[in-house]
Order: sequence, then C-alpha cells, then structure tokens
Amino acid sequence: MTRGQGESLWADARRRLLQNRAAVLGLCVTGALLVAAALTPWISPYAYDEQDLNLGASPPTRAHLFGTDSLGRDLLTRMLYGSRISLVVGLLATLVSMIIGITYGAVSGYLGGRWDAVMMRLVDILYSLPFIFFVIILMVYFGRNIVNLFVALGCVQWLTTARIVRGQVLTLKQKEFVEAAVAMGVSTPGIVFRHLVPNVLGPIIVYATLTVPAVMLEEAFLSFLGLGVQPPNCSWGILIAEGVKHMELESWLILFPGFFLSLTLFSLNFLGDGLRDALDPKYRAD
Amino acid sequence: MEKTEEKLLDIQDLRVHFHTRHGVVKAVDGVSFGLERGEVLGIVGESGSGKSVTCLSVLGLLPAPPARIESGRALLAGRDLLTLDAESLRRVRGKSISMIFQEPMTSLNPYLKIGVQLVETLRAHEAIAAEAARARAIRMLDRVGIADAGIRMDGYPHELSGGMRQRVMIAMALLTQPDILIADEPTTALDVTIQAQILELIRELKAEFGMAVILISHAMGVVAEMSDRILVMYAGRVVEQGNPGEIFRHPAHPYTKALIDSMPNPNASADRLPAIAGTPPDLARLPAGCAFAPRCGFARPVCRETDPDERTRPASETPALGAPEALTRPGSPTRSAEPGHAFRCHVDI
Repeated sequence: MTRGQGESLWADARRRLLQNRAAVLGLCVTGALLVAAALTPWISPYAYDEQDLNLGASPPTRAHLFGTDSLGRDLLTRMLYGSRISLVVGLLATLVSMIIGITYGAVSGYLGGRWDAVMMRLVDILYSLPFIFFVIILMVYFGRNIVNLFVALGCVQWLTTARIVRGQVLTLKQKEFVEAAVAMGVSTPGIVFRHLVPNVLGPIIVYATLTVPAVMLEEAFLSFLGLGVQPPNCSWGILIAEGVKHMELESWLILFPGFFLSLTLFSLNFLGDGLRDALDPKYRAD
Repeated sequence: MEKTEEKLLDIQDLRVHFHTRHGVVKAVDGVSFGLERGEVLGIVGESGSGKSVTCLSVLGLLPAPPARIESGRALLAGRDLLTLDAESLRRVRGKSISMIFQEPMTSLNPYLKIGVQLVETLRAHEAIAAEAARARAIRMLDRVGIADAGIRMDGYPHELSGGMRQRVMIAMALLTQPDILIADEPTTALDVTIQAQILELIRELKAEFGMAVILISHAMGVVAEMSDRILVMYAGRVVEQGNPGEIFRHPAHPYTKALIDSMPNPNASADRLPAIAGTPPDLARLPAGCAFAPRCGFARPVCRETDPDERTRPASETPALGAPEALTRPGSPTRSAEPGHAFRCHVDI
C-alpha cells in the first residue's frame, strides 16, 4: 500500500525511469543522436556531397574534426547524414518487426495446439530461407526505395520476436489471471491484446533495443550489395563497410562510425533495460 | 426429466476424463446434482476429488485435450452448456455464471488497472458506455467494501492486500448480476479473520442479489456454515449429499464422518487432530469396489468388490439405484428424517 492514490501507468513509469541513472544516460545519448540527425542540414559543417580531392584522406584536423575520406569528403558531415538514414531504418524496421512479431507470436501461443504448430512451422520455414534472398525478392518486387527497405527488414526480423512472444505467452496463459479473465467471459482478442501483450512488453522492449543496431548492420550489408541506400546518400553501415576497407592506413574512417554505432547500441540497451523495469508495475525502486 | 425445468442448473451424469500418458484419469465420474435459484450448494472434498473440475467443465474452462467430457449434461435454463459453441459459452461465463478463484493474489492482471479489468468484464457482456460502466464498477467496489472505490479504480492490483483483491474479484464477478456464483475455495489463500469477512460478504451479497452460490472448499466448517445443501465428493463421485444439519449429525458415509472428525474442535482436549489415513487414490488406477475402501475403517469384503450405488438410509429399504431424482422426492419409504440425504456406502455407520 504505497500510495493512497493510483498513478497512471505512464506517470509512474516515468518517475521510475528517471531514478535509473544508466537509463537516463541512455535516454540522453539517444535523444542527442536523434536531435543531431534531425538538425543535420543546419548543423553539418559541409554539404554532404562536397569533395576536396586535393586533400584526399586526412586524419582529424581542426577543419575536419573526424577527418576525411579518400575523396576528401568530411566524415563528420557524412556521419550526420548517415545517422538520419540509419536511425530511421533502425527504428522503423524494428517497429514493423515488433508489430508483426508480437501479434503473430501472441496469437500462436494463446491459441496453442494445432494452430500453434502450423503457425510456428511457417516461422521455421521462413527462418530457414536465406534472409538476403528474401529481402532481395521483396526489394526487386516492390522497388528499391527506403520505405521498402525497412519494410523488408522488418518482415525478416519479426520471426525472432514472434518466437519470444509465443514462448512468453505459453507460460503466461497458464496464469490465474488469464483463467479468471476467461471465466469472466472476456473475448479471445481481449485476452490476447489486453491481458497478454502488456505482460510480454518487458522482454520485448529489451529485444527491440537489440534489434535496432542489428537492423542498422543489415541495412549496411544490403547497401554494400547495392540493394539498400544508394550513393551519394550514405548510412553508418556504408561508412563502416568503407572504413573496414581502409582501416590499416586510415583508421579514423572505421573508428568514428564504429564508435557511434556502439554508442547507439549501448544507450538503447540501457534505455531498454530501464524501460522494462519502469513499465513493470510490480517493480518498486522505493 | 419432467422435473428438471424448475432447477436453475441441472448437472446430469457428468463424466470428465483426462487422457494422459499414464492412462485415463477419471477426474469426474458420474456426478449429478441440481442447483435451485438462490440456493447455496457446498461441495467438499480433498484435493483431486473432482470439485473444481466439475465446475470448470461446466464453464468449458478445462484444457481439451487432455480433458474430455465423456458424458453428461449441464442444463442452464434448459440449455446444455456442454454442447454450446465457444462464443455462446463465452456469453454465459461472467454473465449467467461467474466464478471466483482461490488465488486472489494472482487472479488479477498485474499490468492492468483495477478499473480497466472491471469495466472490461462488464462491457464484454453488456452494450454500455464506458462512463456508465465505470460508474457501476465504482458502486460495486463500494458495495463489496473497498474504501475510496473511485481512487482504487485507477490503482493496480499489487497495491491491494489479498483480502481486498478477493473483494475486487467478487465485485467483478457480480457486476453483471449473474444467476450463479461459483466460488472455488474463495478463502483458502486468506488468513482466518479475512476468511470470515469474505464469507460474510458472499452471504450478504447472495441475499441482496438473490443468486445461487456453489461454494467449493475442502474445509468442512466453511461449507457447513454457509450452505443450504452439501455435496461430499471423493475420487470424482458424489459420496454423500444432504443438508448440513443432517450430514453433521448423522454422517452416513465414512469419508464424510472422517472429514467432520478431522475438523479442529476447540473444546476437545486431544493433542492431535485425527487425520484420514492414506492419500487419495490414483484416479487413473481406481481400485475395484468403493474408491474409499483402502482408507476406510468400516470397510468390509464387499466394499472391495463392488462399488456401492447411491442410496438413502437405511440400507434395507429401497436402494435408489442411480436415480438421484428419486432421492429428492419426499415421502420415500425410509426412516431417515431428511429427504435428499443420499450416500454411496455398503455399510451403515
């Protein structure tokens, strides 16, 4: 009996999230990256396609804080523009995959029996298809643009989400509160989406924060094959792929993009961890 | 058959078997009983005697497989619940028949506000606007004794104690004003003072709303105090039924007698409570004859050979062969003072 008054789930969650230092740090870093990405056209020091062929590859200097690549393009500028694509692809593809995966997994797990068997075999089959083959088909069929890119990535990523959610739902549906809700005549969609899904959000949020960087790397891979983002646009994935080629002589080309990708991964992870705890009403920091 | 119309719920020869790898578990094996409007029916028995399975199967809440309803009918106002499709059954659950469970701590969804869960139940059965549903939920919470009901609506279950949560569960069950409330061990998980309060609450609400109650418990005392009629179940069968006074004064089945003897009695000076020797039988491998015979102090050779039919007292006169309606008919030629007192035992104890 901690409070006489009920707090809304969100007010309560926000209070608890703000008490978690690692999560606040993650939130600040993620926020800063998003702001920088949004303000890129105004804050980037150079135009994204501006080259300085005379300069060539230069290590970090005062004029080029992160150095330049072999065409003399400012790395900081390219990373800022790249972050726009990487973050959007990462977040939207993750969102797509979560929506499909949660719905599919929850329905499969709750219905159980034959439905579950059929639905999960379909997931197994899709799992066994080479992911790249699948994305290529989607991209070729629906055309190469950035929207299709994250839809295609999301369509591949949902498989694991579906498995996680299904596993959780299988144990959750044995709980008394589900039995009680059934006994009160709550309909099947009501039970799946109102009672079960909120209960699996904890592991799902953590998994989502891991999916974002994974999707960013997949986007890099697709771009490398010429299926993703096309030059002169770029993304962190492309920068890393290029950086790897030159890492022996021009190490800054891999160090900066690599560092920021890792930073994003860590902050999302801390944030996800904090969110999981904050959104669990049973968890009490006080 | 012609008399069944007047009963609110009429369960006839219900058999529920679980088909497991270890064989067929006969959890409920030929149970028949009726429930009148406004009546409190107590069902007592040890764990695994089939009390809960009987009620869960009526509401279609058993996982199938492994559970299978082998035979029987459960007539609610003339409709057989056992043959209803899923959607019709959903409309019965929580509307005509509500159920509350043993574990109030885990019967509410920890992620949903109490109000959301109450309103959801109501709106699952009635076309009612959200605000009206909320107002009714608050009134009902107030009625079951939750202080500051309006504020509690926006709270989460973990903010409430076990007794309060059971009150919330009761409020939820009664929101739709059901004809029947099934209370499956509603007080087992609560401490003793709270138990009495909850039972008192159920009694009051029963009088107020005029519903029938099926009270399932393993505590003979609880059932005796609350019920108009008692069913004693053992190994998936009703071994004795009658009104509480009669059953307490003259238990006719050795199992009932053992249950009564094992109740704590503050006046007795015994150091130890008498316990029923042995454990309930494996329902997949029931012995021939009476299922209670291996644990029974009165057992005779016949008990191990043939399963006794239901009869009334005394044994010499008119054993009513498996026809429960005949037993409730007044004026049966028996010396028993109580019509409706029936049992399954070869021995007169």
